[in-house]
Parts: sequence; structure tokens; C-alpha cells
Amino acid sequence: MPMWNKRQEEPTPAPRPATPAASPVAEVKKESTAVSTTPFRTPEHNNPSSGNQASIGKAVKINGQIFSKEDLYIDGDVEGTVELHENKLTIGPNGRVQAAVRAREVVVLGAIQGNVEAAERIDIRKEAKLVGDIKTARIVIEDGAYFKGSIDIVKHDAKVVAAAPAPVPSAPAPRPATVPGATVSAVASGDAKR
Amino acid sequence: MLPDRFKGLFNESSNPRPTRRGSAQEEKETHIERQSRGLDQFFFNIRGLSGLSLLDLGGAVQENIEFVTNLGHRVTTQAFLQTLDQTFGRDAVNEHSHPDGIESFLNQNLAFPDATFDGVLLWDTLQYISPALLAATISELYRVTRPGSYMLAFFNSDDKTQVSPNTKFRIVDANMIRLMQKGTRRQAQSFNNRNLEKLFSKFDSVKFFLTRESLREVIIRR
Repeated sequence: MPMWNKRQEEPTPAPRPATPAASPVAEVKKESTAVSTTPFRTPEHNNPSSGNQASIGKAVKINGQIFSKEDLYIDGDVEGTVELHENKLTIGPNGRVQAAVRAREVVVLGAIQGNVEAAERIDIRKEAKLVGDIKTARIVIEDGAYFKGSIDIVKHDAKVVAAAPAPVPSAPAPRPATVPGATVSAVASGDAKR
Repeated sequence: MLPDRFKGLFNESSNPRPTRRGSAQEEKETHIERQSRGLDQFFFNIRGLSGLSLLDLGGAVQENIEFVTNLGHRVTTQAFLQTLDQTFGRDAVNEHSHPDGIESFLNQNLAFPDATFDGVLLWDTLQYISPALLAATISELYRVTRPGSYMLAFFNSDDKTQVSPNTKFRIVDANMIRLMQKGTRRQAQSFNNRNLEKLFSKFDSVKFFLTRESLREVIIRR
């Protein structure tokens, strides 16, 4: 009887198209395609806020070098170097990074042991731990954060000089000759967290 | 093998975390904002200079880092008291004389090349360490500071009590400070002017300022 079966007859919403679950490993593999050997400023670099974010899950351990041209979220263990240049790096609450880190912006909720260069800003949250030297334009440290190291505030004009294409002897040490965006060069171990 | 300063970073059990025990949990944080002659003197001495290297032993405090770096200086932060608790245990003053502990503690806090710093903000950290560790710390501070540099230290001036408010010091301005106090902490020893002059006898000069909160603000010139 339609009166009582009204609800059942209502069209049910179409099932969502099956989207692949965000798998950290899948993201990492996607990143493993070297797309460029140009160190700075490719067209993609000019649009870092495209909404893409690679992530390394908390059961993933990476030993090696990570280069990325999209935002990266690390909730696992990383040892080596992490370079994002124009993008944002977030160390999740379970993230443990023993590496030299370079990024546009760094947010730390977990632990970093190593020197950090954040071109725009670094944000060290309440439960975070950072042991290493920081070079950045702006720093935010929440109460309760554990930090040991030195802080160098790099003014904007100084950054412009450092980013100039011509090699300047007094400029910071040059990056490795090949800085392929979106490249993970690593020895990974452990299970990917799905 | 990790250098000493990295020890305990990834070991949750040894991470320095604020201990919340008994009534301390209930205690309210009090804020006192006042002028500080000591702080004023410290920044007066480096006025007009930039690019100096300062050491702050009071841990990472946003306001202090911002103030110092806005003056154009580089700041190195050490969580001195957290490391003390981590190395010896909280209020374990009797343990401070253990040679291995002293070495480990100094390696974690003051392992810098000679004459690295142009100034040191010690805050009230020195009053919580026992004589043996204090002597070793002062000797290391002498080594890592440049001749002519200044240190700012606070000591409880009330001889009758062996406990001090657990205080975080925040720089408001070059002559203004905010004290955020919560709970208490046991002092390892008390100091009068004479003790302090003796303690810093190797240094060039020692200058005292007394405050209303029974604090003795001390400026030490290397």
C-alpha cells in the first residue's frame, strides 16, 4: 500500500562512485615519478595550493630522501632528508622525522630531530618536539612544545637575495644538483596504513 | 649513536613533560606583569647592536623568541629545567653531584664552541641546581660566552623558604616582564648577595636589583 510504503518507494540516493581509499603507499608511489630536474620554479611550483597532499601513514618507515612538489603529511618514521621547497610539510602527531627538512611551511605535531628550513613559517604545536636549528621567516611555538636549538629569522628581503638565480658565493649552500619535484627516493619498510 | 642533545627525543618515557601531582593540579596560574630593571639593563647593554647570538635557558617561549629575533638577533633555546628533570629526576637535588649525570646534563645543554654567545638569559634556572652541578654549569657558561657579554639571572631573595614559584618568564618589552606562576619548585640552595658574588667571581662584574616578588635580578658581565 503506497500510503504505508511511502518511505520505501522514495528514490534512494545513488551510491557514491567508489573512490579509492586514500592509501599512503599509493600516494608515495604516485610521487615516485620524477617529473622535473629543474631545481626551482616550474609552472607547477607556482600553484602549490592545488589541494594535493601526499601522505605517509603511521606504519610506514622511510629511509632516504624525499622530494615533493605537493604538500606532504608525514605520520610515520622518516630518516634522511625531506625537501618540499614550495610546499607545506605537516608532521602528524605520530610522525617521527630524523632528517634535514626544507619546505615553504612546516607544521609540527610530532617529533623532528634535525635542522629545519621553512621559507615562510614554522608552526610548532603543543605536544610537538623539535631538536635542531631552525631558519625561517616566522615562527609560532605553542606553550607546551619542546624545542631545543637555535632560531634564525630570515627577513623577506634576505630570502629574495637567496632565491636569485645567479649563484652568490655568500648565499646558503646550494641544493643538490637534481631536485626533481615529486620524487621519493627511499628505502621503505613496514606496512602501509590504510 | 645519537648526540646527547637528541637523547630522549623519541623515547616517550623519558620525555620531559610537566608533572601534575596532587594539589598542583588544582593550582591556578597567576600572572604578574611588572617592570624589570634587570631585563632593562640586559637589553640596554646590547642596544643598537644586531646579529648577536643569545642563549635562552628558559625553554621555548613565543614572546621571548619573537622579541629577541625582532631585535635582529639569533636565539638559541635550551629547555634547561626540563633536561634537569629528565637527567636527574624532579627535585632530586641529591643526585646532582653524580659525575656522569653532570657530564650528560652539560652535554645536553651547553655543548657549544667557546665564546659562542653574546648574552644569556638564565632566568631563575640556577637556583634549582645543587652546588656541584652549579659550579660546573657556571664554568661552562663562562666558556661559551664572549668577553664583555652579559647574563641575566633571577634568584629568590627570601632566605626563609626553600621553594620558589614555578615561573615562566615572558618578555613584554625591553623593560617589562610577565611572570606566569603555577605551583612551586624546590630550590637546591638559597643565595644572598655575597654568595652570588662568590659564585660569579670569575666574571667581570655582578649587579643586583631587588624586586617586590622577593626576586633578586642579577646582571653578570663576562
